[in-house]
Amino acid sequence: MSKANLNRRKDQLFGYFGIFATLIGLLLLALFIFQIVSDGIGRLDWDFIKNLPSRKWEKAGILPAWTGTLWIFVLTAIVVIPVGVGAGVYLEEYAKKGRLSNLLEINISNLAGVPSIIYGIIGLQIFVRFMKLGGVLLAGAFTLALLILPIIIVATREAIKAVPKSIKEAAYGLGATKWQTIWTQVLPIASANIITGVILALARAIGETAPLIVIGALAYVPFVAKTPMDEFTVLPMQIFNWVSRPQQGFLLNAAAAILVLLMFVFVLNGAAVYLRNRSRKKFGL
Amino acid sequence: MSKLISIRQKETLIKGFLFACAAITLLTTLGIIWVLLSESYYFFQKVAIIDFLTDTEWTPLFTEKHFGIMPLLTGTLLTTVIALLVALPLGLSIAIYLNEYAPKGFRKAVKPLLEILAAVPTVVYGFFALVVVTPFLQSIWPSISGFNSLSAGIVMGIMIIPFISSLGEDALFAVPNTLRQASYGMGATRLQTSFRVLIPSASSGIIASIILAFSRAIGETMIVAVAAGQQPQLTLDPTVPIQTITSYIVQVSSGDVQHGSLEYNTIFAAGLALFVFTFVLNNISFWINKKYRQEYE
Repeated sequence: MSKANLNRRKDQLFGYFGIFATLIGLLLLALFIFQIVSDGIGRLDWDFIKNLPSRKWEKAGILPAWTGTLWIFVLTAIVVIPVGVGAGVYLEEYAKKGRLSNLLEINISNLAGVPSIIYGIIGLQIFVRFMKLGGVLLAGAFTLALLILPIIIVATREAIKAVPKSIKEAAYGLGATKWQTIWTQVLPIASANIITGVILALARAIGETAPLIVIGALAYVPFVAKTPMDEFTVLPMQIFNWVSRPQQGFLLNAAAAILVLLMFVFVLNGAAVYLRNRSRKKFGL
Repeated sequence: MSKLISIRQKETLIKGFLFACAAITLLTTLGIIWVLLSESYYFFQKVAIIDFLTDTEWTPLFTEKHFGIMPLLTGTLLTTVIALLVALPLGLSIAIYLNEYAPKGFRKAVKPLLEILAAVPTVVYGFFALVVVTPFLQSIWPSISGFNSLSAGIVMGIMIIPFISSLGEDALFAVPNTLRQASYGMGATRLQTSFRVLIPSASSGIIASIILAFSRAIGETMIVAVAAGQQPQLTLDPTVPIQTITSYIVQVSSGDVQHGSLEYNTIFAAGLALFVFTFVLNNISFWINKKYRQEYE
């Protein structure tokens, strides 16, 4: 075989390996999910959804866990959206280029890389102990809000950057103030992309376990949280608790709870992708 | 006139509020540093730093206490290195394949699918490692323990594939097309172009993505907490139970250790070690990436 042929052959072989590498991760994920469905689907019935946890696996349910996840979703969103979007708007529209804005920028990309469990540690010291909230829903929501804040800030900035300059100039030309321009022109156009970022970030938040363990969310919660000041558990905590037990039955419960959690996460991710595509079509952003 | 002033005041107020939002990020960083340093300070008054760094045992929860971070560090590095051994060849091959080989439509369809790998909650990956991967490994290698770093590392590797593949692809994509065309013009194959022209040109971006994935794997918690065990030991054997910094923090937090005790304060010292580690890595990655951007713009 000539050298050129050999090279062509290698080139072709790498092409096959590339396909293999691209698909292997997805195939393994599909295999995992198939395994979970086959383990968990048998346990997933109405009783499982509406029962409280129990020491007997046949009777245990996830009512406190999924309601806790919903609570955390809503509370975190309420806390993080104004702050994250506000910070994004400030950095993109107001901050003058200089040392301070540079520092803020580097700081935000650093925060995005801080391990989630570290957020649990500062949540514990600041919200649970210093502010004396205790290991309640609100403390969990504050902690997760800090965790996803950098993601939302970056998404907001990208969304604002994509708004055409001509629109802003038109608003200024009509005598609008800076804030009027932002509020009536920039944010409405950027909103679809901002919401996409917010949804993706919240999908990450409801899948988090480690920071909530550290702030002291409970593993065994035989009641449904009624106010933000109640103690709580969430689906990932419940899954972790069941996975850590030796009895096989609890593993089946964990698989069923994972199905519910994955449904939450995938629906959110799907919604985000849908929104992004729609705004691309509508505004060409 | 008074209306005008009130509009101006409103503008100032809003600007102030928006600045406060941005300032929260700085306060968060200061909060992290303050909490970790002040709590670790108490810890280091009782435990000498030299013991912390050189003692080869970590047994704060036993009667005979040792406070050497080494076993937790080796545990962390072991799972991380295994994860990178899985993610690096696969992630880079994906990046090259999508850039040079794949048809455009395929690339467009596959990229968001790969992102799903990073969207799955990590506790779910922990379940995979424990329930699927470990039994599979045991079927070909019976002596492997029920909790081990190999299984956790492999699954973590699958999780961080998208970090390397998508950042690596961005870096390859940013290589000026003239270089690519020059290489093809000389008769090089796609493979030769990728490995001899594109990868060297994009090396800083690729290295930055690898460091980022490394840092992400070090901070990963739930996979190791579920599947790697809770036994801090100074070993490089991937078949035995180990403990990482993160899973130690989980163990203490979910147990009934008295808040404020020396045992409890170990999580702040461990957290500080973790923070310093990832902080340094993230900044190296950030710095390399910035330098590389300047090269081509």
